Amino acid sequence: MSILQVSDVRLAFDGVVAVDGVSFEVGEGELFAVIGPNGAGKTSIFNVLSGVYRPQRGSVRFAGQDLVGMRPHRVAAAGMARTFQNIELFSHLTVVDNLMLGRHNHMRYGALSAFLWLGRARREELENRAAVERVIDFLELEQWRRLPVGLLPYGVQKRVELGRALAMEPRLLLLDEPVAGMNVEETEDMARFILDVREELSIPMIMVEHDMGLVMDLADRVMVMDFGRPIRTGTPAEVQQDPDVIRAYLGEQHRSVAP
Amino acid sequence: MDEFLQSLVRGLGTGSIYSLLALGFVIIYKSTQVISFAQPAFMLAGAVLVSYLSPAVSFFGAVLVAAALIAVLALGVERTVLRPMVGKPVFVVAIITIGVDVVVRVVTNAFIGLDVRQVGDPWGLTTMSFLGVEVQQRYLVMIGTTAVVTVALFAFFRYSRIGLAMRAVAHDQEVALAQGISVGSVFALSWALAGGLAALAGVFVATGAGVDQQLWIVALKALPAIILGGLESLGGAVAGGLAVGVVESLFGTYQGDFAPWLGPNFGLVAPYALMLLVLLVRPYGLFGKREVERL
Repeated sequence: MSILQVSDVRLAFDGVVAVDGVSFEVGEGELFAVIGPNGAGKTSIFNVLSGVYRPQRGSVRFAGQDLVGMRPHRVAAAGMARTFQNIELFSHLTVVDNLMLGRHNHMRYGALSAFLWLGRARREELENRAAVERVIDFLELEQWRRLPVGLLPYGVQKRVELGRALAMEPRLLLLDEPVAGMNVEETEDMARFILDVREELSIPMIMVEHDMGLVMDLADRVMVMDFGRPIRTGTPAEVQQDPDVIRAYLGEQHRSVAP
Repeated sequence: MDEFLQSLVRGLGTGSIYSLLALGFVIIYKSTQVISFAQPAFMLAGAVLVSYLSPAVSFFGAVLVAAALIAVLALGVERTVLRPMVGKPVFVVAIITIGVDVVVRVVTNAFIGLDVRQVGDPWGLTTMSFLGVEVQQRYLVMIGTTAVVTVALFAFFRYSRIGLAMRAVAHDQEVALAQGISVGSVFALSWALAGGLAALAGVFVATGAGVDQQLWIVALKALPAIILGGLESLGGAVAGGLAVGVVESLFGTYQGDFAPWLGPNFGLVAPYALMLLVLLVRPYGLFGKREVERL
């Protein structure tokens, strides 16, 4: 049973074709990676999935709903969470507040009950604060909870962003370069957390990443993109041996995209 | 000393009116990056509504109903007139709010006519003893109410999911959307809040003197207040409003004795002079964000 079916998506900005003929499925609990050189259209696919861009052609079905044309906040409410390539946290808010924003759609009370602060608003805030605390615990963010995230080290900020996405209790998690710019230690930490998400929370994930070692170690399946088109989808082992993939990455002469 | 305390209370009283208006400006600015010049009209409409409603449902009932109705009116204006303009240059949108202001004011004026309408407040110009001096009750009511409203607003922004969502939208709309926050609802709510605050301010202006067609001019005092406080800062709006009120009042009391060469009624100009002074030292306001732009 797949949670996401993308078929034959095409996205162009006037004359520039960003993505064309992209089709793939992501199964329950699967970690699906999208790789490709810069400008191959990986982030554009994320923006199509999350409703930021509307594709000219093709369909995106997510948990039984058609996502094309749906506004981004509805897509998020339907259970799709994402992290961004360059950290997009609310830098002046604390870690807790950033994660509470991820809980926005798990609370239902409106503006009037917020001012009255009677039973419901208060109960919902407390319940969701507890949920946030579980995420903080899961990602080992305890010591930074009360600090504005702008003050935290880069690797920790990336983790907070993952935490905000997890706080949404998503049905699908989009990770846009989760270890970009990290040192070896930070990369290993993040890899461990990604594995934890898969094993303990069994949330399916799509990951865009340039770190081939990480992709080949973690991903169940990999889709390789070049110039907006998918050139191969398969297991890490299959993809590494594919001549087209090697050509796209390294040019004609080389034999393998070894990690 | 008595004279000083009286001017201070009067200044803080009128200052709270400016604070309420300035809060509205800042709330709209933070979520939409637009300065809404429709605030004066909402203020006037609020006062007029109370003058019609208070015989029927008592003054306090009328204030609540009027604030709610003006909030709904502001929300409707945002939804119908301003929402289609999202993404257009903020300058264009600001000009449209001037149009909204004119329309709402002209319609409201038809309900005022040439008379001065009374809002039916229980205070009028009666005075009471406060810390040993006689001050007008209404100023104390204004200060108290504004304090309560401000605390409620700050708690709302600090602790509630919607307040947090509004702060998130002020910071980055695209990322807020990715958290499932409806940016449109935040725009609508910020207009509604600003409308309700303006209506309350209008009622306060009208206590004592009543409502006439010129009442809206008071709202312009909120402009030096928000510039003083910094456009981005709710705390700055409150502080700026109070500062403008106090400066105006103290100049009104003492300037004739100490600096008669400034001419009569300099108190009315003083807030703007203060604003210019602050702008020289801190161009982004006392509590505003320092903008760093790379060229």
